[in-house]
Amino acid sequence: MAKSIEEVADAMFNMVKEAQGVKKLKPMDLIKAMIQIYGEEVDKKLCKMAIKELINNGRCVYTYFGGSFIELPHREGAAND
Amino acid sequence: MADQLPSTPKLDELEKGKWPSFVTEIKMAAKRSPMAADLLGQLEQSYREKIGYWKHGGIVGVMGYGGGVIGRYSALPKEYPGISHFHTMRINQPAGWFYTSDSLRKICDIWEKHGSGLTNMHGSTGDIILLGCRTEELEPVFDELQKIDFDIGGSGSDLRTPSCCCGMARCEWACYDTMALTHDLTMHYQDELHRPAFPYKFKFKMSGCPNDCVASIARSDLSIIGIWRDEIQIDKAAVTEYAEKGMDIQSDVVNNCPGKCINWDGKEITIDDSFCRHCMHCINVMPKALRPGKDRGAMLLIGSKAPIIEGAFLSSILVPFIKIEPPYTELKDLVDKIWDLWCEEGKNRERVGEFIQRVGLSAFLDEIEVEPIPEMVAHPRENPYVFYEDYEDDDEDDK
Repeated sequence: MAKSIEEVADAMFNMVKEAQGVKKLKPMDLIKAMIQIYGEEVDKKLCKMAIKELINNGRCVYTYFGGSFIELPHREGAAND
Repeated sequence: MADQLPSTPKLDELEKGKWPSFVTEIKMAAKRSPMAADLLGQLEQSYREKIGYWKHGGIVGVMGYGGGVIGRYSALPKEYPGISHFHTMRINQPAGWFYTSDSLRKICDIWEKHGSGLTNMHGSTGDIILLGCRTEELEPVFDELQKIDFDIGGSGSDLRTPSCCCGMARCEWACYDTMALTHDLTMHYQDELHRPAFPYKFKFKMSGCPNDCVASIARSDLSIIGIWRDEIQIDKAAVTEYAEKGMDIQSDVVNNCPGKCINWDGKEITIDDSFCRHCMHCINVMPKALRPGKDRGAMLLIGSKAPIIEGAFLSSILVPFIKIEPPYTELKDLVDKIWDLWCEEGKNRERVGEFIQRVGLSAFLDEIEVEPIPEMVAHPRENPYVFYEDYEDDDEDDK
């Protein structure tokens, strides 16, 4: 049975949360991980929609440090007041 | 309003001479914008001390998008509070960079209200560049731009804003409608443009003919360059007219042909099109007499990039001729195959040209289901230890 966008988004969010401060994850890292975990219950399109959901509701943000990553919202070190 | 401009003896040197000066422009902006005034101050200090005082911001952006804003913070925020935040916004330009003066005024009004008032028209990717904005002003700028039908462009590991030459709108050599294709690709790939999901950036550049006015062969991961596959059109009367007016056709045209495919007997010009390299030289020299052929489309080349990471690459031929007509299905199918493979196997910060070099062109072509062609071979027989599957099959059959 296919996973819902919300279920995949939650699983991705947990991955990002666990990796925060340890490893920066790219969107494709999340997509590959979901396909590995859920197999045929997910596809790339569904995973992309889950990422969009995570970003649109503000649970995660895109960041750029030499490449684009997905992280939890946080104050970056370079930021000035 | 800035009370007093900082003293800038070093920058003042760059106002000398007859050419426009960016220093003069910033000084003009500084009369109204404290951000521009502080920019002058920090830049003067940078010139004096030979140190760049910028910090990179990696998080700032607008809600839902992962590209289009490049974070910049001053490393000297106490000295220059006006540029404590000085983020850049990339705005998706119209195809061919056509604007009404009214739309430009509206963009500038928005930027003077929310940003530094300084712009950069245009960035190397083609976007309108708005320089200098505080984090809290990003969303208001975005909202106001949307109201006048402008959107943010690409940055980061995403599809960069597609750009093109002015094509059929202004140029007689355009072999396909570059502006229509650019608009279509921009609309079709909105998700890829705003939500970075690639190993690194990916650029399309559309040039209408091999003159390649947008330098797509050097600056885009997929260069789409207009070309023809039949014969160059010759107006014999116009050739005669060029000769009568003193053009040395032998020297200026025939001798400069890289394919050595033009013959001039003093009266008539003939071209062996099978050897034509499509360099456009003869057409450029005799525009009234020669024109591209009638069977027009584009050549697809892949892999160029600027020097960051692995060094500069030029694009290489991927598809020697493809018809470029709506809805561009053949092109989009190929692009999707390239992206699928590159996203799956590419390393972080690896451009598609670097990816092809790493995995090998033959493996890349196998995966995207494109047949190899002679044009892809840079140095024939360079490696005598290359064997071909067909030969191996033949050997097995012999056994």
